[in-house]
Amino acid sequence: MSGNDPVAAFRIEAADLLDATEQALLDLTHDLASRELIDTVFRGMHTLKGSGAMFGFDALAAFTHHCETAFDRVRKGLAPASPDLVAVTLGAMDHMRALVESDDPALATAGEAILARLHEALASPSDNEDLATDAPANGNAEKGWHLVFRLPLDAMANGTNPLILLDELAELVEPGLARIIALPDAIPPLAELDPSQCHLGWDVELRGDIAREAIDDVFIFVMDDMELQVEPLELASPPLPEPNPEITAPATAAAPVPNGQDGQPARSPGRMQGGAGDSVRVPASRLDVLMDRVGELVIVQSRLAQLADSGIRGPAGELALRSISEEVERLASELRDTTMVLRMVPIAALFGRFRRLVHDLAHETGKTIELVTEGESTEIDKTVSEQLADPIVHLVRNACDHGLEPAGERRSNGKRESGTIRLAAEQAGGEVLITITDDGRGINRERVRAKAEANGLLAPGAAIADADLLQMIFHPGFSTAEQVTNLSGRGVGMDVVKRTIEGLRGTIDLTSEPGKGSTITLRIPLTLAIIEGLLVRVGQGNYVIPLAAVEECIELSLEEDIRSRGRSMITLRDRLVPFLRLRELFATGTRPDPYQKIVVIGTGGERVGLVVDQIIGSHQTVIKSMSRLHRGLPSFSGATILGDGGVALILDIVQLVALGQQQEERLRAAG
Amino acid sequence: MMSMTDPSATRWDEAGQLEVLTFDIGDERLAIEAISIREILDLLPETPVPGAPALVGSVINFRGKIIPIADLHVAFGMPIEDPSPDTRIVVIETLLGGEETQIGLRADKVYEVTLLDRDSASAPPVIGMRWRRTFVRELVRQDQSVIVLPDLPAIFATLERGHAGLDSPLGHAA
Repeated sequence: MSGNDPVAAFRIEAADLLDATEQALLDLTHDLASRELIDTVFRGMHTLKGSGAMFGFDALAAFTHHCETAFDRVRKGLAPASPDLVAVTLGAMDHMRALVESDDPALATAGEAILARLHEALASPSDNEDLATDAPANGNAEKGWHLVFRLPLDAMANGTNPLILLDELAELVEPGLARIIALPDAIPPLAELDPSQCHLGWDVELRGDIAREAIDDVFIFVMDDMELQVEPLELASPPLPEPNPEITAPATAAAPVPNGQDGQPARSPGRMQGGAGDSVRVPASRLDVLMDRVGELVIVQSRLAQLADSGIRGPAGELALRSISEEVERLASELRDTTMVLRMVPIAALFGRFRRLVHDLAHETGKTIELVTEGESTEIDKTVSEQLADPIVHLVRNACDHGLEPAGERRSNGKRESGTIRLAAEQAGGEVLITITDDGRGINRERVRAKAEANGLLAPGAAIADADLLQMIFHPGFSTAEQVTNLSGRGVGMDVVKRTIEGLRGTIDLTSEPGKGSTITLRIPLTLAIIEGLLVRVGQGNYVIPLAAVEECIELSLEEDIRSRGRSMITLRDRLVPFLRLRELFATGTRPDPYQKIVVIGTGGERVGLVVDQIIGSHQTVIKSMSRLHRGLPSFSGATILGDGGVALILDIVQLVALGQQQEERLRAAG
Repeated sequence: MMSMTDPSATRWDEAGQLEVLTFDIGDERLAIEAISIREILDLLPETPVPGAPALVGSVINFRGKIIPIADLHVAFGMPIEDPSPDTRIVVIETLLGGEETQIGLRADKVYEVTLLDRDSASAPPVIGMRWRRTFVRELVRQDQSVIVLPDLPAIFATLERGHAGLDSPLGHAA
């Protein structure tokens, strides 16, 4: 388990920390003067630097150090918080994420480019010397500091690594302009030497235009107990003697890579979800509930063992056994529920990512976009949450890029200049509804139609219902963007979104009003692993119908069956409902039972009846996926294992309803 | 000829030998690399999957996983035989489309794990076979008889390209 690996734990912590800091940064764009937010950002970076160094993420610590310094200056009022600074820092956050995840040396170049921009963004008329890595070297070589420091004896036991401190000091200046000499005078005779103590002191000369604070920052964790003397270098002091390589800090290792191309790492939304790995945070109270249930289970188990050993037979034994069986049943169902809840995470984590995305998109498109989120406390299965990230990214991008009009167009249409994207979640029964709403121009029907006709999806001039026309955009290869932009319009997308959602056993609905905007509703089942099912028999096979889709069960008598032949419709409360004879659909080759049943299932407003031979009862269905060779089958969404070890297939409601609708249309057309 | 980099090429060892399990499908003797065999099962109750291609017409519960049962009689165009006391299910694990997939092969009779020699192997002839040439990787002569090394990925790939070609899903519904 990754839980025992401190580096993995650090990665998770760092991802959380970066997320929190990023949120503060995004808030800061709206309120540049907020002291509290600046402090939050500073503290976030400070913690990241400290723990990064502790876990050996030296590149991360070094990089973060510069950002921290920048915000320290802002905090102290030495530099203003500007939109530029925030934008660059957001880029820097991405870089930190990359550094948390890999130690690819190529990242150093990108990091340097970011620091250069950070430096520019921070440039204030006064001094900008502390961002030393990218400061031009030669002109500043006359300035500098002379340091003498000793660490407390127990420094190494407390987790301080003097080498890292020396590296950090050396990094403050250009390579070769740091001279570090160890002071061995305090080392005791060998007999008294405790090798775990730090007896060395150091004499350091740094030649470069650096701020005193930068030096203090290096010692920030050890400052309280150490001895440190800092004085400015005398300008007249002779050039640095050639340092003895034995005692020189390995400046080259940490020295910045020569200035290279401006390569900010590409930001991919996929990477964001990688950070947390496969662990999930669970509130302790939920674990307590789980523990209680397990405790009860142990008690019931011992009751069962007692009964087995007691030799009580006959009615008394049977009664005792039944009582235990009921207890186990209750516990199993409660255990299932509590275990399921362990996998639930609030959707806020998912939504949080979109603030940044929308911020970036607003920047790229030049539009003013406001993101409103609602229902963030709605909980959803962790796996589902992860798999939803990419589809929602795509939908939000689409809304920003195609949905929202540029400010000018909005103004002339009498709308507010800033567009709004609303991201809302709510739980409804066994499903979570996620809606993505924009107040943009809505979907242009003519363009959809033209595109569909051009792609041969629709006969020219053919009549089509509005809802069906809108569904066209989910067709593979469909993209209405006349101009392919960086954001969307690559011709892949909506069909992939649809497939992903359907893969989660969810559905996607789209409504759009020209001039007013569009709403996309995703309906996602709460969990993927277990559903309540209705077990039915068709011929000799057992099948499971998801209970959530079942509306009612009625009997189909033999006479009605014969009378309804050929039209396959029943009247249900004044509505004609088409039905499918599963026996025929599945070609069981068996005779129908004398009293067949119709299970009426529905999704949305559409209903269809399924004729089965027998309804066996409700069944706790643990969903197993079908093998690759059976995945293309339209009628089944999975399979489950029954109590006797046999297999029952799970009916795919969406497909069957669609099949019923087709049949109805055929019959209407025929008659 | 298959190149060495072909993933479906026969993996002869350095001594030019291959450890296989031999079994009968109809009147043909087939061999599958022993390394990809997971287990040999007695017949289990199978669950037919309506609409599935006849080649993989049913599924079983194999240790809590739902795995398909493949009937190679279909691939080789042989009549499907009723199970006999000798019928077994050979569970194999093979790479299909980049995914390790477990499949149960219905075998009419299972023989033994044996060693085949590369020297007695040859590529399938262009003509004169009663099945699709692409379904056979190699033919190996042994003890007066010929053992067929089937190309399972090629056989199952016919399913991936669309079920409609072999057996239209729900075709019997209309």
